[in-house]
Amino acid sequence: MPGILALGAYLPHRRLDRSTIAAVAGRGGGRGTRTVAGYDEDATTLAVEAARTTLRPHEGAPPAALWFSTTTPTYADKTNATAVHAALRLPADAVAADFAGAARSSVSALRAALVGGGPTLVVAADVRPGLPGSPDESAAGDAGAALLVGEGTDAAPALAELVGTGARTEEFLDRWRTPGEVRTRQWEDRFGEQRYVPLGKAALDAAVADAGLALADVDRLLIASPHARAARTAGRKLGVAPEALADDLGATVGNPGATQPLLLLVAALEAAAHGDVIALVSLADGADALVFRVTRAAADLAPTRPVVDQVAGGAPIDYPTYLRWRDLLATEPPRRPEPARPSASAAARTTDWKFAFVASEDRTSGAVHMPPSRAAMHGGAIDDMEPRPMADSTGTVVTSTIDRLAYSPSPPIVFAIVDFDGGGRVPVELTDCDAAEISSGVRVEMTFRRLFTADGIANYFWKARPLRDRDGTVVRAVVADAG
Amino acid sequence: MGSHGIRDQVAIVGMGCTPFAEHFDRGVDDLLVEATAEALDGAGVVRADADAWWLGTAQSGMSGIVLARALQLEGAPVTRVENMCATGSEALRAASYAVASGAYDLAVAVGVEKVKDSGYQGLNAFPIPTDGTNRTLTAAAMFSMVLPAYAERYGVDPDDLRRVVARIASKNHANGAKNPKAQFRREMSVEAICDMPAVAGQLGVFDCAGVADGAAAAVVCRAKDAHRYTDTPLYVKALSLVAGNGSGLIDPNYDYTTFPEIEAAGADAYAQAGITDPRGELALAEVHDCFTPTELVLMEDLGFSARGEAWVDCEKGAFDLDGELPVNPDGGLKSFGHPVGASGLRMLYEAWLQLRREAPPERQVATVDAGRTLALTHNLGGYPGEMVSFVGIVGTEPTA
Repeated sequence: MPGILALGAYLPHRRLDRSTIAAVAGRGGGRGTRTVAGYDEDATTLAVEAARTTLRPHEGAPPAALWFSTTTPTYADKTNATAVHAALRLPADAVAADFAGAARSSVSALRAALVGGGPTLVVAADVRPGLPGSPDESAAGDAGAALLVGEGTDAAPALAELVGTGARTEEFLDRWRTPGEVRTRQWEDRFGEQRYVPLGKAALDAAVADAGLALADVDRLLIASPHARAARTAGRKLGVAPEALADDLGATVGNPGATQPLLLLVAALEAAAHGDVIALVSLADGADALVFRVTRAAADLAPTRPVVDQVAGGAPIDYPTYLRWRDLLATEPPRRPEPARPSASAAARTTDWKFAFVASEDRTSGAVHMPPSRAAMHGGAIDDMEPRPMADSTGTVVTSTIDRLAYSPSPPIVFAIVDFDGGGRVPVELTDCDAAEISSGVRVEMTFRRLFTADGIANYFWKARPLRDRDGTVVRAVVADAG
Repeated sequence: MGSHGIRDQVAIVGMGCTPFAEHFDRGVDDLLVEATAEALDGAGVVRADADAWWLGTAQSGMSGIVLARALQLEGAPVTRVENMCATGSEALRAASYAVASGAYDLAVAVGVEKVKDSGYQGLNAFPIPTDGTNRTLTAAAMFSMVLPAYAERYGVDPDDLRRVVARIASKNHANGAKNPKAQFRREMSVEAICDMPAVAGQLGVFDCAGVADGAAAAVVCRAKDAHRYTDTPLYVKALSLVAGNGSGLIDPNYDYTTFPEIEAAGADAYAQAGITDPRGELALAEVHDCFTPTELVLMEDLGFSARGEAWVDCEKGAFDLDGELPVNPDGGLKSFGHPVGASGLRMLYEAWLQLRREAPPERQVATVDAGRTLALTHNLGGYPGEMVSFVGIVGTEPTA
């Protein structure tokens, strides 16, 4: 029986307090917060982070396929999933493809993966657009979520098994956006509501029947929909007990588009107990319902970054900076030449370094070379190197500086020399931090980012970001007391 | 195998240097004509007397044709050389070795840079296609990492150290104020330098070298022929160059308080010139003060100060114009300005003036009258952890 083998989510570091919007935009906003992707993040980088979290415990068993779903792809014409594939160092024979465009595409990707064909990584990530002051801007959120699905094995048992599915497809116009536009337009709210609620009911009923269960057996109901009003009404009218309805994270994260159903599933599974029946209902251009039963293996799930912790974490961003990061507030750029576009052929030669942060290690001295080198430093040999993956290494800031002159999409650049635990040093840009937080001794991890965009090319590479305590405090290396 | 140098085999018999400034009204051709005309005139020769030419420019033109066309050199061997900010010194090395080899009788080294046509402040390297993973930090930020590292290693209060490096800039401004060819001719107090807006780390605008257009040139001949051209030639005592392997960027043992490439080039140059006590033997040193922390560390890497003591020596004025060893008496990159390809030869120009007692009296160093006959030029390109370093030594007396 196919099921979910691994899961993980990624919420970006910044949080926008919705109550700060109206003072600038003149309208909009509301209560609570929403997540905000960094200026150096896009759907692809969020997907990489969510997928890394998901696959880290499964290093020896890579997925046979990668389906990447988003409403906000970085590229059209070019596949976005291949960058995720490269960052994860998946085998070349693992298929990577986009399920991009509509909010429904993520659930569709999940369905396709559950049908079979070997372990498949389904990842969704969105950086949701919206005009200043719009309901979408306020209600949306940015996030990534990933599920590894397939048949459970003794080595990798399913955490939850798929026990029933249902679906309804219907063509009607509720929400639409021309590719590239910031604004999503929508028809009168009540039209969509009247369509979606019966569709959701039909799909859920079908899925529960398919599982041989009754609605009363559902312990957790997850409702995902770009149509907030329809989702609210469905929560009351689908026939599931009110206490089974899960938090949709709207008050803290917002609605991250195609990512929402996967994010809710990840959050629910992280909190689930053996035997729980979890029903996911997605209302988007029809309705999809998937019913899962949580297995005994879920008890062993020990997520390193559970959604609940990520929701509680993060740091505030002011609204004008948010607008600047989304290119909705044009400000004076640094008076420096903009960076040149990266070379496609040069990048193709160094894919493992650029996308997966794989260094080389001199077999004789053990010295780590970043970027990888054929010749070893300090008199070493030539062509006596092993690949040395560094993406999951943590390190410590040796020295740091703030560059107020260099080009950056969001100056100033915070820059550090980082020594990795177990060897290797790299001069690297820092992100997800305030300049004042960084000094020697700060502990860091690596994160996949978009450094800049030139000629339409997203220049992906890695940055370091500080490790933080649960309360958000930057972690520092413990200095041995010399007495 | 070994680095033998060409001590006293070649001599410099004419030099020229344009004013360094924002020459919005002068192009590369103008700067080349002016610097070479002064150098050739000084040696009493004309263009046709030169057998070979080396042009140093980092990015103001490609190939020797830039110089051949500007001066209308017909049928002459002209080579363009480039080694980042050490480009001017590289032109001198090439011309000197060519003459020492016997291939040519008279060669000219010219360095030029036209940096003020980019439309941006500072220096901007033109882009070489890459995979997009190279860092995009400014040189100021890379060198700014020296200060906290130095303060920590030697237990110096960071605020004290900040004032010491501001004093270095203040000294170079005071020297440049006495130099009619310098870009900045205004004295700057330590307080004013410290109050400037931050550019990178602790460094402010006035911790950075001036960015200027300019050119400089040197005429080189065999030492035994030198007196045909001038009564007061400078003999080349040492030419040393080290191009780092970039290991400082990735080697956890590198601590940002020293530039190993410079220490190595210095040691090689002292060996070539037979110098054992540089601080006591040199009349002056022109060093690559691209940023104030650079000059601080250079004092140690070049052996002028013991490790960890340069900040004390700088504070005490050991390297002031009237100090024990005057450093950058012409104002240095800080005040003279830094046209990349010209700077190495500009340093040599100051040695040319000072050792021959032709510097303006208000900045003529007293060490020459005290009997010292040697000058050092130090020129670097790149960043901490990844740099090229040149050290040259010239003197007025051939070895007996």
